[in-house]
Amino acid sequence: MIPASYYLILSAVLFTIGAVGLLIRRNALVILMSIEMMLNAANLTLVTYSRFLENIDGQVFALLVMAVAAAEVAVGLAIIVSFVRHRDTTDLDEINLLKG
Amino acid sequence: MLEMAIFSILAVVAVTAGIAVIAQRNVVHSALFLLVHFCCLAGLYILLNAQFLAMTQLIVYAGAVVVLFLFVVMLLGLERARELPDPRRYQWIVGSLLGMLWVAALIWALFPQAAQTAPALTRSDNVRQIGAALLTDFAIPFELTALVLLVAVIGSLVLAKKKLEG
Repeated sequence: MIPASYYLILSAVLFTIGAVGLLIRRNALVILMSIEMMLNAANLTLVTYSRFLENIDGQVFALLVMAVAAAEVAVGLAIIVSFVRHRDTTDLDEINLLKG
Repeated sequence: MLEMAIFSILAVVAVTAGIAVIAQRNVVHSALFLLVHFCCLAGLYILLNAQFLAMTQLIVYAGAVVVLFLFVVMLLGLERARELPDPRRYQWIVGSLLGMLWVAALIWALFPQAAQTAPALTRSDNVRQIGAALLTDFAIPFELTALVLLVAVIGSLVLAKKKLEG
């Protein structure tokens, strides 16, 4: 039997990988992928507690998170597409029109 | 014993693929490593007795999200775009250090949980339980999800469409 803490530590590590990706990369696509990894790590925590507390609510939350994540990816990629039409790059440092 | 072996393999592959996603220079390779990462998480959900969520993970993430990423990358021809050398070269060192600090803090916070063991499996009617919960306790959030998806569809169409002439 695997203790709950193993899953929780794995989830913490995966969340941190996503957060570090968000900090160190400048490619908008890779940053969206990092956000997806962080949402997945949160889902893993929810499912772990759903199993260990014998309560189905955690899995329902994870399902709702998945729906929101899919919507977020669709909108995020649409923004990237319209940005690439303007500037022909996905580098976030180039998004500086409002910088003054 | 077998469960532990499967967990270890899935965990190691998930972490490795996650690191590869943020370390790759090529966006297509990042997206493919993301696919591996999502599949490992689906395996972990099955270990946690969440079969319905595992299949949803495969369909939504591995099926839809990764394909959407690859579509955008290839439609826009971004796979040849290289990131220029970073003007702030210390960013990734500082970012990694902050990440290590953060994960150490999280693990330290989780440590008192170490002895918790799972209750024995009862009946395995995962889908029925989720369906009942979605249509009773979570009926309103469930319906609102439909609204979120509708708004996302309309929003992404409006954002991505080309400007019409005149």
